[in-house]
Amino acid sequence: MKFLKFLFVGIVFGIVMTKSEALSWYRIQEMFRFQSFHMYGIIGTAVVSGVIGVALIKKFKLRDISGAPILFFPKEKSILRYLIGGTIFGLGWALSGACPGPMVVNLGYGFISFTIVILFALIGTFLYGVIKDKIPH
Amino acid sequence: MLEFISQPWPWWISGIIIVSIMFTLLFFGKSFGFSSNLRTICTIAGAGKKVKFFDFDWKTQTWNLVFLVGAILGGFIAREFLSTDEPIKLAESTLQDLKAMGFEKPTSTQPLELFSLENAFSLKGFLVLAIGGLLVGFGSRYAGGCTSGHAISGLSDLQVPSLMAVIGFFIGGLIMTFLIFPLIFN
Repeated sequence: MKFLKFLFVGIVFGIVMTKSEALSWYRIQEMFRFQSFHMYGIIGTAVVSGVIGVALIKKFKLRDISGAPILFFPKEKSILRYLIGGTIFGLGWALSGACPGPMVVNLGYGFISFTIVILFALIGTFLYGVIKDKIPH
Repeated sequence: MLEFISQPWPWWISGIIIVSIMFTLLFFGKSFGFSSNLRTICTIAGAGKKVKFFDFDWKTQTWNLVFLVGAILGGFIAREFLSTDEPIKLAESTLQDLKAMGFEKPTSTQPLELFSLENAFSLKGFLVLAIGGLLVGFGSRYAGGCTSGHAISGLSDLQVPSLMAVIGFFIGGLIMTFLIFPLIFN
């Protein structure tokens, strides 16, 4: 039962990815071609409200449902891993038109071919784990 | 009401709901980051026995897997009950660019030229989907997160590493769109 709330939030995520059309390869193409404001509007609205909300959480030291303070952990300092990893991610994002969340939403939507994309995303993640210590971070 | 939510949603409503998901997860004591699930699934499949990176207590990520199952259900619900099934309305300039690469006018949410089962099991079609997935899976772990972890959660916390990652997402996306697509779709 304690996980039921996450199922509900996940369902909302799946619906909003579908109804915002962020799950569509077409919309990702439009974004990378700078031909529509749509995706920038979605991400921009989320980030601007996110920045304000996170600042408020920190200012008023808000707590979570269990009473523990909501904390934010700075990500490990580096440039290479974020730029190179991000670039590899971006190549795949434009090609398949889906980042990891929308991949599974597409599957639920009925695009069975996303099984291939998801399977290879798992293989890609596994490969990273295998060669992690041999690549620059 | 149902008719209203069955239309495609405006960008600002979508953005506000996405950030509400992030805040809801924070309130539940978790953080919004979808690609961690890929690592968790590798661990459940037994990757931790051979590779140290996958040797962690995956049960701490159960909530995120439940979120993933919800996301699949959400896609199903949106299509079955909240959809008008109209073809996507793209910018005219995008339609022309895509036409030049051999893509017909959209008839659905996704181009059938890429995602129909018939195409997915042609050699080229399979390679596009497989390589796309491989790069996303490898890149998201290398960069330590995907769109939800970096572009939404990280940028909301004004983290420089996340800004670097998002810049990377665009470098990669632009290279694929403007340099590689002309070679594979013509």
